[in-house]
Formats: sequence, structure tokens, C-alpha cells
Amino acid sequence: MDFQLPEYNLQLMLPEIVLFVWALVVLSFDLATKRKSGSAVGYLAMAGVLITGIVLAFTGHGQGFGQMFVADSMAVFFKMIFLCAAFMAIGSSFGITKDKIVNHRGEFLGLMLFSTVGMMFLASSNELLSLYVGLELTTIPLFALAAFFKDDKLSVEAGIKYLVVGAFSSALLLYGISFLYGLSGSTDLLLMRLNLAASALMDYPKVAMVFVLATITILAGLGFKLALPPFHQWAPDVYQGAPTPVTAFLSVASKAAGLVAFAKIMVIGLFAYYDPFVAPIDWGMLVGIMAGSAMIVGNVLAVRQTNMKRMLAYSSIAHAGYIMVGMLAMNELGLASVGFYMFAYMFANMGIFAVVALIEERTGSAEIPDYGGFSKSSPFLAVSMTIMLLSLTGIPPLAGFFGKFYVFAAAIRQAGSDPVHQWMYWLVGVGLLTSVVALYYYANVIRTMYFGAQTDVPRIEFTAPALTVILIGVIGTVVFGLMPNVVVEFASQIPISDMIILP
Amino acid sequence: MVPVSAYLILAVVLFGIGAIGVLTSRNMIVLFMCIELMLNAANLAMVAFSRALNVVDGHVIVFLVLTVAAAEAAVGLAMIITIFRNRETINIDRYSILKW
Repeated sequence: MDFQLPEYNLQLMLPEIVLFVWALVVLSFDLATKRKSGSAVGYLAMAGVLITGIVLAFTGHGQGFGQMFVADSMAVFFKMIFLCAAFMAIGSSFGITKDKIVNHRGEFLGLMLFSTVGMMFLASSNELLSLYVGLELTTIPLFALAAFFKDDKLSVEAGIKYLVVGAFSSALLLYGISFLYGLSGSTDLLLMRLNLAASALMDYPKVAMVFVLATITILAGLGFKLALPPFHQWAPDVYQGAPTPVTAFLSVASKAAGLVAFAKIMVIGLFAYYDPFVAPIDWGMLVGIMAGSAMIVGNVLAVRQTNMKRMLAYSSIAHAGYIMVGMLAMNELGLASVGFYMFAYMFANMGIFAVVALIEERTGSAEIPDYGGFSKSSPFLAVSMTIMLLSLTGIPPLAGFFGKFYVFAAAIRQAGSDPVHQWMYWLVGVGLLTSVVALYYYANVIRTMYFGAQTDVPRIEFTAPALTVILIGVIGTVVFGLMPNVVVEFASQIPISDMIILP
Repeated sequence: MVPVSAYLILAVVLFGIGAIGVLTSRNMIVLFMCIELMLNAANLAMVAFSRALNVVDGHVIVFLVLTVAAAEAAVGLAMIITIFRNRETINIDRYSILKW
């Protein structure tokens, strides 16, 4: 028998290897300095993320490990988002006070880097097993991070809730994966798609039933990860209780990881069953309902929140809904618009959380009414926060506006080109209406900062890393709003990468 | 020879017991055991399919899933100990400071 070793192409994995080794270095550095390193270990971790980004930029495209590991445009684009989010989350974690983190800064940063490594592997996986392991490497450190302040009752409770939901959703996902593997005989996503299309399995009602079961459990698992209704209840609790930099990381990087997993399994693996005439279950419609309810539930419930982190949790549920609208429009614009939306959302959200973290460290409160008079004591922070909140709302010419614009344009094009998908007009309608609701609660924060009842907000002094993060957020929001084509050009290569080409 | 469908039905039953346990159990430890049961249901289905299809992928997957489950259990039990120190209960109904 002619047995050939697969081509490993280990150099494609270089960014992951660098970041993994760097995480170990960060851990050992903190130990070597007898846990007295203070903010030095933070700068070390930030440098590691930067270096990984540079290595990533110079690592070419290709595939290795017998097609199990692919580095295509989509993978590289999302890896950049993960690295940016990790950089900004680490930057905003400098201010965490000593009595909360109790000399465990090295572990905190190490876990964050490990989680980023998991996301990067997830983005490069082309196969169900490595996808599952990557997803677990992403979430398990996040459980510990959410509960990191172990003397803080809120943080530990958030961690335990995230643990239960995360482990439960992984089990659901794995169960669905096991059935997909059984039906297609392969864990390779492209082979899975070809095998499913070639066989006439769906003609047997019992097999079709198993397929429906697999699709539903996978959608439920991914729905939990993305916090799409009806699987969203955990998000506000976890976001409110977790340490603010971790919340920021959860709301951007972890959400992007969920999106990548969704794109891999549903869009690449089960593309054929997007068509209701072929599929025993129309998963496009199911996800459409989830996305629509995410926009409604997220935006409406955000209105009555008084805690800033909780409000941002509901707003992140709503944003996941908008992103799924783009994901469902499976044309050339679809995945590109998802990439751009995620990019714009990352800058604005990470920046806002950096400001929230600064205020919380100074005043110990993340309640919106406590922001009254904040613009007087720290005008720069107030202006930055206003810009980023307006971007999340979708006010032109900020980046968030173009994110929404591309997403809706992709959905309208899909609805117009295929009469089966006309329900997407409804999704776009819901999206436009709920954007108006979003304006109300974002503007409410701005109103409180500038005109709210004067509470005695002390002047917020900030560290250099936090300032960097906020500046990156503001500049990214404004620059990519004025010149969206820079990112769009990059993002528009996503669907052309070898993934979406139809058999 | 036991048909594949028998294994699959057992896997569905195990998964169902696990899922119902997660949704109804109020004890953190029992809840965690139910999640492990769900993972093992998936493992059983993998092995059954792998045997039926005459490929080894499924067997390999099971080892990796076991490893991941062990890591999850390690983190999970540590967190259960943390919250027990914090609240002196493992009844999840008591973990209700965070709500709207």
C-alpha cells in the first residue's frame, strides 16, 4: 500500500505557535519575578500579541496537516480581529486594582492569550474535530477569566453561569457533530458537504430525521455561543458580573469565534441545506427567526437597563442579530459584510469597555446614572465614548453605519435575487426599526454624561495602555467610517477563499 | 451482531437524560455530571458510526473529547469549590445576585 505522509506545512501555524509560547513566557515571567512584576507583565503580553500580528501578516496562505489546517483570507481576517481584541482587552486590564487580582496578573494574561490561541486555531480549522477542540480551548480559559475575582460574589457567579452554559452548549454542539460525522462519513467540512450532496440519504425519512436532530442541536449549541434568543439569557448576567476587560473580550472576540464556527459548520458544511427545496429542515429560516428575535429582544430589553455592562450585553445580543442577517445572505457581499461589521463593532465596543473599566476602577460603579457630570471631569473620555456609542448606533459617517449598511445591502440583494428568501426583507425591516430603538438607549448614556444630574464624579486619570486602547477605538471608528473601502477590500476576499466555492 | 441503530438509540437516551438533568437539577455537582453524560452520549454515537463506516476517525475523536472533558471538569470543579467558599452552597437556585 502506498502510504504518504500528509504535507504538514508547519510554517502556516507559526502565529499560533508564537502566541502559545509567548503565553507560557508570560506565565513564567510572572513567577520568576515572584509575582511582583506589576504592569511589566502586561506590557510583555501586549508585545506578544503585537509580534504575533506581525508574524501573521507575513505568513502566507495555504493548507497543512492534510487540509485540517487552512490559512485562507477568512482565517487571516478573523485572526486579526481576535488579536486586536486581545490587545485592547489586555490594554484595558492594567487598571485592575491589586486587591481584586491578588498577584495573579500573570495567570490572568496567560489565560487570555491561551483563549486567543484557541480562537486562532478555530479560525483555521477546516474540520469538525479541530473546530471543536479550538472552540473548547477558547471557552475553557474564559470560564476561569469570568470568575477571576474569586472574592467578588458577582464575578464568581458570572463564572459559574458561563461554565454551565458553555459546557452545555459544547455538549449540544458535539452531539450534533457526531451525527453529521455519521451521516457523511467524514469530519472534513468540504468532504462532508460533497458526501452529503452525493448520497440520497435525505430520501429516507428516518435518516432525514437524524439530520434534522443534528441541525437543531448544532444550531442550539451555536446559538448559546452567540447568545441568540432563545439562548441568550446567560449573556447579561455573565457580562455584568465578569471583570470588565473580560466582558469586553467576551463580547467581541468570543462572539467572533462563535461566528467563525457558525460560518464553518453551517455555511461551508451544510450550504446545500440552506435551500428549503433540498433540505428536510430549512435552517436558513430558523436562523432568520433567531436573528430577528435577537434584534428585537436585545434592543428592547437594553432600554430598561441601568447598568452599563448589562446594557452593553443586551446591545451585543442585538448586534449578533444584525451580523446574522449578513451571514444569512449567502452571496458575495454576505461574508464580507459580516467581516466588516465585526471589525467596526470591535473598535467601538472594546473602546467603550475600556472607558467603562476606567470609570469602574475609579468610582466602583458601572451604573449609568452615576455617569452624570462625567463630561465635566473628564471631557476627553466623554467625547471618545460618545463617538463610539454613535458608531454602535449606526450614525454616518462612523464605521458602524457602514457595517449596518453592508449587512442590509447583502440581505436585500439575496432577497431580491431568490424568491425563496423573500422573508429577508422582513429581517431588514426589523433591523431598521430596531436601530431606532438602539439610538434611544445609546443616546441616553450620552445625555447622562453631558446633561445628567450632577453626581460627584472624580477626575478619571488613565494609564498609558488604557489611553492607547481608547485612541485605537476612536481612530478605528472614525477612519474606517471615512474610508470603509480599505477594510471592505480586504474583507471581500473572504468568500473568494477556497471555502465558499460551490461543488 | 448488535445493529448500529441500537447504539444510536442508547446515545439518544443518554443524551436526553443528560439534557433533562442539566435543565432540572439544582445541585451543581449533579448538573456537571449530567453534562459529562451528554458528552459521553456523543462519544458513543461517534464510536458506533465509526465502527459502522469502517473508518477510525471516530475512535480518535473520542480520545480528544475525553481529554477536553477532563480539562472542562478540572476547571469546573475548581470553580464549584470557589463558589462554595464564597456562598457556602452548591444549590444553583441560590446563585441569583445577578438578575434583572
